Amino acid sequence: MKDFQYAAPTTIQAATSLLTEHGSGARILAGGTDIIVQLREGLREADIVVDIKKIPELRECQYSDESGLCLGAAVTCCEIYEDADLAGRYGALADSTHIIGGWQIQSRASVGGNLCNASPAADTIPALIVLNAEAQVTGPNGQRTIAADAFCTGPGINSLVDGEFVVAIQIPPQSASMGSAYQRFIPRNEMDIAVVGVGSWIELDADGNIANARISLGAVAATPLFAVEASQFLVGKEPSDDNFAEAAELAKQIATPITDMRGTAHYRTHLVGVLVKRTLTTALARAQA
Amino acid sequence: MATTPYRVIGTRPVRHDGADKVTGKAVYTADFKLPGLQAGFVLRSPHPHAKIVSIDTSAAEATAGVSAVVTGADFPNVQDKIAQLGEGSVNLAHLSANCMAKDKVLYKGHAVAAVSATNAHIAEEAAAKIVVEYEMLPSVTDIMEAMADDAPLLHADLFTDDLGQKADTASNVAVHMHFEKGDVAAGFEQADVVVEAEFKTATVHQGYIEPHAIVADYNEDGRVRLWTATQGSFTCRQQTAEILQIGVGDVLVTPCEIGGGFGGKIAVYLEPTAAILSKKAGRPVSILMTRTDVFEATGPTPASFMRVKVGAKNDGTLIAGEAWIAYDAGAFPGGVIGPGCMCVFSCYDIEHAVVDGYDVCVNKPHTKAYRAPGATQVAFAMEQLMDELAEQLDICPLEIRMKNAVKEGSRRVDGPVYPQIGYVECLEALRDSDHWNSPLTGDNRGRGIAGGFWFGCGLKSSAACSVNSDGTINLLEGSTDIGGSRASLAMQLAETLGIESSDINPMVGDTDSVGYTDVTGGSRVTFATGLAAYEAGRDLQSQMKVRAAELWECETNDVSIADDGTFSGNGKTAGFKDLATQLFSSGEALVGRATVAPECPTNGFAAHIVDVEVDPDTGKVTILRYTAIQDAGTAIHPSYVEGQMQGGAVQGIGWALNEEYFFNDDDQMTNASFLDYRMPTMLDVPMIDTIIVETGNADHPYGVRGVGEPPIIPPPPAIGNAIYNATQTRMRELPMSPPKVWQAMQSSD
Ligand SMILES: Cc1cc2nc3c(=O)[nH]c(=O)nc-3n(C[C@H](O)[C@H](O)[C@H](O)COP(=O)(O)OP(=O)(O)OC[C@H]3O[C@@H](n4cnc5c(N)ncnc54)[C@H](O)[C@@H]3O)c2cc1C
Repeated sequence: MKDFQYAAPTTIQAATSLLTEHGSGARILAGGTDIIVQLREGLREADIVVDIKKIPELRECQYSDESGLCLGAAVTCCEIYEDADLAGRYGALADSTHIIGGWQIQSRASVGGNLCNASPAADTIPALIVLNAEAQVTGPNGQRTIAADAFCTGPGINSLVDGEFVVAIQIPPQSASMGSAYQRFIPRNEMDIAVVGVGSWIELDADGNIANARISLGAVAATPLFAVEASQFLVGKEPSDDNFAEAAELAKQIATPITDMRGTAHYRTHLVGVLVKRTLTTALARAQA
Repeated sequence: MATTPYRVIGTRPVRHDGADKVTGKAVYTADFKLPGLQAGFVLRSPHPHAKIVSIDTSAAEATAGVSAVVTGADFPNVQDKIAQLGEGSVNLAHLSANCMAKDKVLYKGHAVAAVSATNAHIAEEAAAKIVVEYEMLPSVTDIMEAMADDAPLLHADLFTDDLGQKADTASNVAVHMHFEKGDVAAGFEQADVVVEAEFKTATVHQGYIEPHAIVADYNEDGRVRLWTATQGSFTCRQQTAEILQIGVGDVLVTPCEIGGGFGGKIAVYLEPTAAILSKKAGRPVSILMTRTDVFEATGPTPASFMRVKVGAKNDGTLIAGEAWIAYDAGAFPGGVIGPGCMCVFSCYDIEHAVVDGYDVCVNKPHTKAYRAPGATQVAFAMEQLMDELAEQLDICPLEIRMKNAVKEGSRRVDGPVYPQIGYVECLEALRDSDHWNSPLTGDNRGRGIAGGFWFGCGLKSSAACSVNSDGTINLLEGSTDIGGSRASLAMQLAETLGIESSDINPMVGDTDSVGYTDVTGGSRVTFATGLAAYEAGRDLQSQMKVRAAELWECETNDVSIADDGTFSGNGKTAGFKDLATQLFSSGEALVGRATVAPECPTNGFAAHIVDVEVDPDTGKVTILRYTAIQDAGTAIHPSYVEGQMQGGAVQGIGWALNEEYFFNDDDQMTNASFLDYRMPTMLDVPMIDTIIVETGNADHPYGVRGVGEPPIIPPPPAIGNAIYNATQTRMRELPMSPPKVWQAMQSSD
């Protein structure tokens, strides 16, 4: 591991100038559960590591029925699923933050870090995609927002440019007729990277039919995918097993997984179908609850 | 509670090393520091098979802070010579070439050079500056491909030893062995039902929690001192001395606390390298492996390919068996095919049987023993075929096992006739268990059972006990303590002398201070070193008899020792501690000693039951309930016997469900970490229930049998049988991981 400098700015402005000054030589650290491992194993290098979790805005977490959830980028997994109100509203996010690593990891790991690390198998990204989340980004050229489904551009690559970082993740408000869920398949019950991960979100209309739906897939392509056709298929339909099965088939069609030690392409595609059905069923139950 | 003739044996005292372990004070090799200690780093081959054309170490040597650089050229030439390492033997030339490659690398991770420096970062950076020029060679990791005529050859000088005859063309097959009893062809003719199938098992690693580590100090006087994690200090001493071409007396091995071995910490890997670095550096050197090094360069246990056929009569009597077994030896000959051949039919009395075994070199790390080495693979085949026979004959799986179980007088295919053994008793305990008698309900659920056998060996052990002025004892013994053996040895000595286990301070001696003792392996320590502790106690008692006679002014023969250790003579009596205290003030100090070499195996048997649930959509298997039953002979410390049974069962569950080495198209291992080499976590196994059966063992004063190894054997076939029971899908390949189970369920629909 190469030597590097460490800085922990306490304002967004100070962080921006440090990041701008060092350009590609700077690495951001939130919980550090990805970046420290990557630096140690030589997968990434840094001249300076900029710790952003001392910036108050990045540790804040606010909900209102009007604007929804504003989740500071460095808020940890634990802080999300331990908040009963939040967890109840954003089922998919609670599901995914609950299964990232063990307690120790969950007490450090942030959703912002999970998103920015841009792993195709990251657990919170499909949840963020189905919840229609946006990243609020700041940088030398001011602020912009990036939709969760457009945020990752390749394995380990995101759409931020040098000097930019995510300040918060904005998620629309949730009403009682909405429900969401995330599930992944792993061979063990712990300590594994998703072989396939699927997030689903459903909004029911007054008749109990599907007013809106979103399905997202992880670990079956270079980036997490928003399954547009499968989602749209469900709109206006009855939330039946048959319709869920049809959505599952449509979702399978966009999966382009690889064969590796975590599973064959054939098996992964099959799992997409299984998990789409299972997460839709859970999301439905939550929307009906 | 059953009545027992014992006071100490069968109780559960606190272990002597417990406080150190739970407070973090126990000293492991990585904790051990010496003044001026240098950090070593081993450079390893990225290729599975290549000729080393040249190695340029000049840039590494020129790096500030570097104290030494070594390559294969610094290792003495060692002639082909077989060394006995207790539970196995090794060709020393191969052992040396495995520690440091000479002209060829044979697997990814094979050591090619090493650097020592003032700190680990400098050593690692300097090692990166070593330029190794490789000439790539074609490689092979699959057993059957390696056995083909046109396979890439690992060793140009390897000629198959075919039943004692050397072949005349080189091959990857090191040995073909053959065992036979009865007339197999005639046996199969008498069979009413015959089942036959091919089975495969994956390469799996012992997965001990502590990576290999060494501190070596090559002294100016020519003596090498080693602090290390080893299963056998004396075999470590011998291997290091032979590789360095110095006398065994010139090597001192001090065993540190050890974080698991399971057969994988018998061969040396780092010791000779660290010693040579230390000699060159003129300072002590430590080397610590990473987990990746451990996976890529230390002994996993063999993958296997097996074809097994069994015939039975309509009443369920087994009549004939035939097995063709190939195990991968890894990069060098000498895997564990021998015990595999001996164990395939070892649980059942089969009149006619034949076994052919092959030891096959492939471009993987040299395979090593792993808890009942070679037995788990064959049990996966045989114990599933037992269920297939039972199904065809419409007999209960337990009944067919009971009917054919080996007992006293049964002869194994490799020759030996069993003395009194406890397999039937294990099956009876299974039959009577709560688990077996609780119905299993629910969809996609199934129950399976399987048995297992492991020899358990004797070998050499030594112990000495020095009596303190208050009658307490310091017990010095030579077996490195992996499974709580300090406690089980102290308890046996306490039983012998009539004192408490807490009156004894057991200590594992270094190779300068204790008599020769073979490895902690073969489930032998509580049996053989226990025997040494017992004999040392007896030696002490006979000395004390002489001294008591002097004290009490009578003849030695007039002094008697009661079962509880009380001495009496000439109207006087004294307990052990009381007499020892009196004797201390009346003359010389008391030291008892013993060294033993029992030759008999201890013949351990186990039977397991498991309930599983299989997710029909994903193929994922959940273990719902598990009970391990085993004949311990006599359980000295029942908690540690149960611990062995539970630990073995969990390791076996790992083989069964997810553990395997993955290789890419370039024959490089791709999952050399605990993230993707999937051992079970605590969330993957239920509490393992245990039932200890105690049938005694006439070859040991307290009836001990080895218990460490049998419990790893039954889990894979028991789980295979349970999966079949749940899904009607027969799994013939390990691991039975979700993708494979799902795939098999698709094909059997
Ligand atoms: C033992 C273990 C188990 C794990 N299990 C899982 C798991 O089950 N599922 C899973 O998905 N992941 C898992 N991870 C990976 C990791 O914990 C998660 O991805 C975590 O959410 C990362 O968050 P962090 O705050 O620690 O990120 P960091 O390591 O601090 O950062 C991750 C990356 O994002 C960048 N970054 C962080 N914050 C920002 C920001 N605000 N703006 C711009 N860039 C930023 C960093 O520069 C870095 O490249 C595991 C890791 C470990 C060590």
